[in-house]
Amino acid sequence: MAEFQANKITDIGPPKYDEMWPQVIKDNYGKWLYHDILEPGVLVHVSESGAKVWSLRCGATRLMTTMFLEQVCKLADEYCGGFFRFTTRNNIEFIVSDESKLEPLKKALADNGALPLGGTGAGVTNIVHTQGWVHCHTPAIDASGVVKAVMDELFDYFNSHKLPAQVRISLACCLNMCGAVHCSDISILGVHRKPPVIEHSHLDKMCEIPTTIAACPTAAIKPNKVDEFKSVAVNADRCMFCGNCYTMCPAMPLADAAGDGIALWVGGKVSNAKSMPMFSKLAVPYIPNEPPRWPTTVNTIKKIVEVYAGDAMKYERVGEWAQRIGWEKFFEKTGLEFSHHHIDDYRFAATTWRTSTQFKW
Amino acid sequence: MAKMHDTPMLDELTKGPWPSFVTDIKKAAEAGNEACADLLGQLELSYKDKEGHWKHGGIVGVLGYGGGVIGRYSDVPDLFPGVEHFHTLRVNQPASKFYKTERLREVMEIWNNRGSGMLNMHGSTGDMVLLGAFTEELEPIFAELTQKGWDLGGSGSALRTPACCVGKARCEFACIDTQDICYSLTQEYQDEMHRPAWPYKFKFKIDGCPNCCVASLARSDCAIIGTWRDDIRIDQEAVAAYVGGEIAAHGGANGADAKLDIKADVIDLCPTGCMFYEDGKLTINNAECTRCMHCINVMPRALRPGLDTGASILVGAKAPILEGAQMGSLIIPFIKMEEPYDEFKEFVEKMWDWWDENGKNRERIGELIQRLGLSAFIEAVELKPIPQMVKEPRSNPYIFYKEDEVPGGFERDIADYRKKHAR
Repeated sequence: MAEFQANKITDIGPPKYDEMWPQVIKDNYGKWLYHDILEPGVLVHVSESGAKVWSLRCGATRLMTTMFLEQVCKLADEYCGGFFRFTTRNNIEFIVSDESKLEPLKKALADNGALPLGGTGAGVTNIVHTQGWVHCHTPAIDASGVVKAVMDELFDYFNSHKLPAQVRISLACCLNMCGAVHCSDISILGVHRKPPVIEHSHLDKMCEIPTTIAACPTAAIKPNKVDEFKSVAVNADRCMFCGNCYTMCPAMPLADAAGDGIALWVGGKVSNAKSMPMFSKLAVPYIPNEPPRWPTTVNTIKKIVEVYAGDAMKYERVGEWAQRIGWEKFFEKTGLEFSHHHIDDYRFAATTWRTSTQFKW
Repeated sequence: MAKMHDTPMLDELTKGPWPSFVTDIKKAAEAGNEACADLLGQLELSYKDKEGHWKHGGIVGVLGYGGGVIGRYSDVPDLFPGVEHFHTLRVNQPASKFYKTERLREVMEIWNNRGSGMLNMHGSTGDMVLLGAFTEELEPIFAELTQKGWDLGGSGSALRTPACCVGKARCEFACIDTQDICYSLTQEYQDEMHRPAWPYKFKFKIDGCPNCCVASLARSDCAIIGTWRDDIRIDQEAVAAYVGGEIAAHGGANGADAKLDIKADVIDLCPTGCMFYEDGKLTINNAECTRCMHCINVMPRALRPGLDTGASILVGAKAPILEGAQMGSLIIPFIKMEEPYDEFKEFVEKMWDWWDENGKNRERIGELIQRLGLSAFIEAVELKPIPQMVKEPRSNPYIFYKEDEVPGGFERDIADYRKKHAR
C-alpha cells in the first residue's frame, strides 16, 4: 500500500469541462440562437456563427458495464470525433457537426440495438433512478428492474411526441430519496410499511443509543432494557417507516418482503414555465413488489399516462392538468382509489385540506 | 471463467424494447467477469426474497479523504464471493457530462483492472459511480485515478459534487456560464467536499434558466438559476413566421409540423397576462413578466432571454428525510454571476457559517431555516428582507419583536405601571 501513498495526489478536482468539448462546442459557446427537434431523439442547434450541431439522444441504462461504455466510445470515435455526453436524465447524446454523418450514425445506433433514439419533447424520457437491490442497503424495491419494466411499456411515448407535454418519471427506492423524486410528473417510490425489527442482542454494540433515539423525527424511539441488553423500543403507532433509525443504527432493519412495495406520486414539476414548480402528490399508496416485471405498477403508470394524454390540454403538465380539473376529478378519471392514506397527517398537513365550499362531484 | 448463476427472473428483463441492464451485465459475466456473474446471482436472490442483500454500510475510504467511497458488503458472501466487497467510488464528473473518449477510457481501464467493470453513468448527484471494488483496491484505484487527472466526489456530511445543466455549451436559453460556475465552486471547495465537517450534506446545482433541467430548485441546498432583468428580446419577423405556420411551434417538441396558435398557445397561457398580439405585432409588458420561460420555450426563434443576465439563488431544497420534502426558497432574486464569483462565494460562506454554528446533527440547511425562521437566515447572510422573498406576507399575528426594535426595551417597572393602573 505504501507505494500508493508515497506520491499521493489529492484535491485536484475533475478535469476542466472544456477539455471534454468537441471543437464546434468550443467555437460556439454562448452563441447558440435556437434549436429544433427534427424527429424524436434528433435535435439541431443553430449558432449565430451559422454552425449547426445535430444531437442524437438515446435512451440508456444508468447501470452499465465498461463493455457497453466501450461500444459507446467507439461510436463516438467513429462519428463524433471522439466526444459524446450524458444528459441529466441518463440519456446518451452523440453530437455531429457534419450533416452527412447523421444518417450513418442513426444506422449505427439502430444496429447497436441498445441505443434507442428518443427522449425529446412532449414524450416520456429516460427515468432517473437510484440503486435499489443492485447496490443499496436500505431499499424497499429494486430500481433498474422497475425502470426497465416501465420503460418497455411506455416505449411508444419515448420515441414519439404525442403527449400534451413532457412527462418526467423518476424512481427512488426508499424515503431517503437519493433520487429526490418529490417534484416529478410521475414518481415511483419504494416504501416500507413495518416498523424496524430490533436486534436487542447487538444494538448496544452496533449503535449509539442517544443518536438512534434522536434520529426519529416523530420521537417514537425510547430507551429500553431487554433481558441483560441495553436497547430501544419503538412506539409502532408513531412510526412512519422513514428508515432514519436504520440509517443511524444497523440493528434496526426495516426491509420485509410482505411489508415493502411501491407508492406512486403524480403531478410534480421543477420547471417554472407557466405554473410554479410543484410537489408530486400521492396517487397510489401501496403496490406490492412484483419482480421481475412489476405488472401492477407498470399498468397503473400506463393508465395514468393514457388518461392524462387523452384529457389534458396542449402544453399542460400532469400536475397542471390535475390542478385544473381538480384532484377529485383526477381520481374519478383515472379510476384510482382514494383512501385515508391520501390525506396528509404530517408537518404541513393542514395546508392541503380543502378550506372552501368549492369542489366538484 | 466466472461461475454463471441461474437467473430465470432476471432473464425476463432481457425482453422488450428498452435497453436491458441484465443483457449488458450478463455479457460481461459470460466474458469472464466474476463480479458481474455474482451480482446477477445476488440480484436474482433479491428478486426471489423481495429483499435486498447488502449489509448496512461499512467504514472504508482512502487516506486523507473522509468521503468519496461508500462501503458495501454482501450479506451472502459465501454464495457470491465476487461481490463480497462491493464498495462504490464516486468519481467527480466533468461539468455537464461531456466526455472525450480518450479521457473516459482512462477511468474505464483502471476500473476494468481493479474493479467490477460496472458503473452508473451517472449517480443522482452527478458523479460517475464506480460500483463494486474490494477494500484492498481502493487506494490503488484512487492513486491511479488522480495520476490521470481524475478525483473523487463528495459523500457523507460534506459538500456533494456540484452539478449543472448543458448551459451555454449547447443551449440558447442559458443565462449564466453553468459549467464554469460548477467548476469554480468544485475547485474552490475541494476541502469541504473531501473532508466531511458539517451537520449533513450540502448540494449545489446550477441551472442556466428557469426551465431548471437539473432540478436545482428541488434537489439542491443551494440552487443557482440563470435569469435576466431587462426585456425579452423579440424578433417580429420570426413571430410572423410562427403565426404564418412557417416554423414548428415549441421547437418541434409537440411534433415537427405543430403549428403555433399565438393566442391559445402563448398569449392565453402567459401566467401574468403581460403579452399582447395586435396588428401583427407581439408586445410584452416586461415589468409584469415573471420570466417563466413558457413563451420563449414555444417560440425559441422569435423570443430570447434579455441581455442583463445573472442568477436567482434559492436555498433549502431537499428530499423528505427528515421533516418532509422542501423546495428552495428565493433568497437572492438577482446576482451577477461573473468569474471569479466572489460576491456569491461570500454569501455561501456566510450561509455555511450560520448552518455550522446552529445546525443539529443530520439537519439540512432548509430544515434549519424552517426551525429558526427565514428571517433569522436572511439576517445571518446580511441581506435586506424584500417582498420578492415570500409568496405573501404572514397571516399569523405572532411577531417575534426583538428588544432593540421597541422604544425603551423590554425592561419595565411594575411600580410605574401601578401608578397609573389600579390592581
